[in-house]
Amino acid sequence: MIRARELSKRFGDKRVLEGLELEVPRGGFVLVTGPNGSGKTTLLRLCAGLTAPTGGELEVDAPRGSIGFLAHEPLVYRELTALENLDLYGRLYRIPERRERCGAMLERFGLWGSRNERAGTFSRGVLQRLAICRSFLHDPDLLLLDEPFDGLDTEGAKMLYLRLAEHGSTALVATHDPKSLAIRATARLALA
Amino acid sequence: MSGYAADVATLARKDLLLELRSRDTLPAMLLFVVSALTVFHFALPEDSSVRAETGLLWIAIVFTALLGLTRAFAPEREDGLLDGLVLAPCDRSAIWAGKTIGVMAFLVLAELVALPAFALFFHSLSWELVAAMALADVGIAAIGTLLAAIAVASRARELLLPLLFLPLAIPVVIGGVGASVAANPGSFLGFLGLYDAVFAILSWASFEYVITE
Repeated sequence: MIRARELSKRFGDKRVLEGLELEVPRGGFVLVTGPNGSGKTTLLRLCAGLTAPTGGELEVDAPRGSIGFLAHEPLVYRELTALENLDLYGRLYRIPERRERCGAMLERFGLWGSRNERAGTFSRGVLQRLAICRSFLHDPDLLLLDEPFDGLDTEGAKMLYLRLAEHGSTALVATHDPKSLAIRATARLALA
Repeated sequence: MSGYAADVATLARKDLLLELRSRDTLPAMLLFVVSALTVFHFALPEDSSVRAETGLLWIAIVFTALLGLTRAFAPEREDGLLDGLVLAPCDRSAIWAGKTIGVMAFLVLAELVALPAFALFFHSLSWELVAAMALADVGIAAIGTLLAAIAVASRARELLLPLLFLPLAIPVVIGGVGASVAANPGSFLGFLGLYDAVFAILSWASFEYVITE
């Protein structure tokens, strides 16, 4: 599903990725580890098509609407409520039975009670839960998750872990804590 | 409603709702345009020409639009939200169209205050002036939204947007003033209509390349 050959990315003079080889089959669950600045986030952004490589080849066999992308930023509007944010994405992704789906996601991640509160009033952990709801809302074929457990409390982490365990889609997960997902992982990519 | 029109409506509604909640842009535009017209009222001599007064109205409108355009992509810039919109399966030009409708709505609301204020301070409004302003709004919002998207990716966005936008707004001022005071307003209105068509098509077609690397 993802194939990278001699993949490189530079920002000006700064080399972030160089000669990366990667193959992720459909259904694969790859943990991407490495120190700060090693290119984990850049690799996810390349796979999402949000930035272009400066060298090599990258094939991602997933159309734009079938990617679930969890970034450092929650990618939600702070002036909209939790439900309005999900409804916005639900409309843009043309999700059938959108309202029911949004409600189910909020309930699953313990946000139903906060559905009418503005995202700007949420704590870091609650925002991360909302971001997870957004990423999974359209049942994506390819998950690109950047530090998914960041800011989550024990309960939130458990909810995400269960969701990932039952989700059969291909995933590339950048993390500083590979132990938490070691059982689910089919491969590990260590960036230097 | 077709899928594309539904996406545009969703995105435009989102921008209007954000402004309704945050009130970041419209109050500033209203305050600016009324202040500018008040300053012009006291700065101009009593026997100033209709052309001079109308010209200053158009300058006030162009700078009011610039104020709105500066904030057009503010929510997306502050939280990296363009990534979320770009990843959605909708046509990326729908993002431009939705944003353009939002900018145009704010501009029209500012003009609903500015035009009566102009009539109060200077002289009565003509139908040619109102028609020219309606046509100018389309062109200003269309090209302004594209330029705001270009500027938002830059660190010097506050400098870049006026540098890009003001030269392209010169034809709007020429057409607007011409339509308001000339003996043959039809040709100037036609010019503004052509400006709208050219820049709306150009902006619609090129927006995807502006927001993707």
